[in-house]
Amino acid sequence: MKELEYPFDNEYILKKKKSLKKQLLENDNFIEKNIAILGGSTTSDIKLILELFLLNQGIKPKFYESEYNQYYQDAMFPNSELEEFKPDIIYIHTTNRNITLYPTITNFKEEVENLLLNEYNKFSNMWDKLKSTYNCPIIQNNFELPFYRLMGNKDASDYRGKVNFITKLNLKFYEYAESNQNFYINDINYVSSSYGLEKWADEFYWHMYKYALAVPAIPSLAFNISNIIKAIFGKNKKAFVLDLDNTLWGGVVGDDGVENIKIGPEVPAGQVFSEFQTYLKEHKDLGVILNVNSKNERENAIAGLNHPDSTLKPDDFITIKANWEPKSKNIVDIANELNIGVDSLVFVDDNPAEREIVKQQVSGVAVPEIDIPEHYINILDKSGFFEVTTISKDDLKKSEMYKENAKRNEMLSSCANYDDYLKSLKMKATIKPFEPIYMARIAQLTNKSNQFNLTTHRYTQAEIEEIANDEKYIKLYGKLEDTFGDNGVVTVVLGHIDEKILHIDLWLMSCRVLKRDMEFAMMDALVKKAKEAGIEKIKGYYYPTPKNGMVKEFYSLHGFEKESEDNEGNTIWNLNINNYENKNKFIEVEE
Amino acid sequence: MELEDIFEGLNEVFRDVFDDEDITVNASTTSEDIEDWDSLEHINLIVAVEKKFGMKFSMGEVTTMKNVGEMAEIIKSRI
Repeated sequence: MKELEYPFDNEYILKKKKSLKKQLLENDNFIEKNIAILGGSTTSDIKLILELFLLNQGIKPKFYESEYNQYYQDAMFPNSELEEFKPDIIYIHTTNRNITLYPTITNFKEEVENLLLNEYNKFSNMWDKLKSTYNCPIIQNNFELPFYRLMGNKDASDYRGKVNFITKLNLKFYEYAESNQNFYINDINYVSSSYGLEKWADEFYWHMYKYALAVPAIPSLAFNISNIIKAIFGKNKKAFVLDLDNTLWGGVVGDDGVENIKIGPEVPAGQVFSEFQTYLKEHKDLGVILNVNSKNERENAIAGLNHPDSTLKPDDFITIKANWEPKSKNIVDIANELNIGVDSLVFVDDNPAEREIVKQQVSGVAVPEIDIPEHYINILDKSGFFEVTTISKDDLKKSEMYKENAKRNEMLSSCANYDDYLKSLKMKATIKPFEPIYMARIAQLTNKSNQFNLTTHRYTQAEIEEIANDEKYIKLYGKLEDTFGDNGVVTVVLGHIDEKILHIDLWLMSCRVLKRDMEFAMMDALVKKAKEAGIEKIKGYYYPTPKNGMVKEFYSLHGFEKESEDNEGNTIWNLNINNYENKNKFIEVEE
Repeated sequence: MELEDIFEGLNEVFRDVFDDEDITVNASTTSEDIEDWDSLEHINLIVAVEKKFGMKFSMGEVTTMKNVGEMAEIIKSRI
């Protein structure tokens, strides 16, 4: 919804929150999540506005909200209401108003160090307690800067200054975040400075209503929280689809000639595009896929990207669509070639008419309203499309992997038949029970995979870790390598054992290894494990979603017999494993 | 701006904030008269009124304001 996309109008959202909520609820394709807000100040409107942003991201929240300033008590003492609530996320809204003891001018250095430790320990004990009790992701505010500086500039550098104290405390929070998974900092220090600390800290709202930030700033805060939450639940975007003329460089390469496009440090109009290209290139390094969608002759597009001052080179892109087709068609083609949904794409184009057509023709694709070149970075960055929660090794190699896929496609076209192609790939798989180093990746896959996913159960990393240690579960991950490269962990299967029957709770595979027979290798391994555990029968479940039609007949293909099908198309399947014969022919498996 | 125009503007704000097109306020309207007007919604109302008329209320004003009429008088004196 446009009203909730950056740049949004904070006051408008606050004023219209009731009618915006009604409009959002007209949609019914939501995932439901329980979110506990533990507040150190008033949180009422934070909850209501956060709800809007989450609904807009496809997440329907149920809230637990602590009583005024009861965050610490709620966390540290037995709390049956919160336990019953079973939070999927705990958000701790504390601010510098919750710091118990600040240094005073008469303090010695060691005393201040003790104050710092006391304050930090109060929080870290609380996080540890929450983790052990609720085992769910925790989102914690850092601290915004104080709204007055007793010593003026010295407040920053002197150990007795509040600015100094808060800065050190924040650093300790970051250390905890670095060494604890499932713990995320909501950077209100950045958001408040971006909003304007003076307006953010308007005391009126504190003294009147015990809001620790100005009410008009709440949408900025809530949007920031919603970005972390949607990223945790796998709703980040995955790829940029970029226009060229006047988006990646100034001018029109086909008309002006490659020597006249504006790019590079010589003139302001070129420098602004260089900086934007660098920003995009940094995304590529982060694992975001870059693509081109431009109305151009292909050779002109390539010539532009080969301009000596162009930071982005043709090689940085996975697909380059430079043609005269409608851009909406190109976008759908790009999504198909990458094997990802159009709702994983961000379309960046300076032309409002092109944006409008794409918005109307391709529902789900993000189309930010970039206006003038010097705003491109700000608008994309504040939109939070690619909010990072964890950086897996796979993310860092993603562009490489898509390139390898392109090479595989070339190989395929040179092979006489598909079996020859599979043989030529010289595939090697590792299929093993969940291992600690892959927990983050496994959780990420359960939240990201939509198409090749039989039940679409989402798991947090904490839940995956629990299952890994639970003997009632058979749980396997699969990693696939071939002559062109390593695909990393691409498939996850887990099921629980109940009296000699294995119920498959989750079967998913990344679409980047479709049609490589990896699912057969997984089935072979699963059956083997099941036999070792004395199991006689495997039960498979398929729950249809708008996205997973491709695996509707999955169990039938693997020799299962259909037991039942209900009105919604949910099916249950059985396989007697006594006479199972291995099906994988092309992949060498290490177990 | 005349008081009449101010009430016109206030009607718009009240209708948006309470999402009710039937609200019409007058000088004697108080929080008793509007069902959803509680202390938490009050803050949103204040923010929306400030935005609408491009002015700010002081804490003293917000705490002593008795009805919509007094609110309108403060707005009138400020713009």
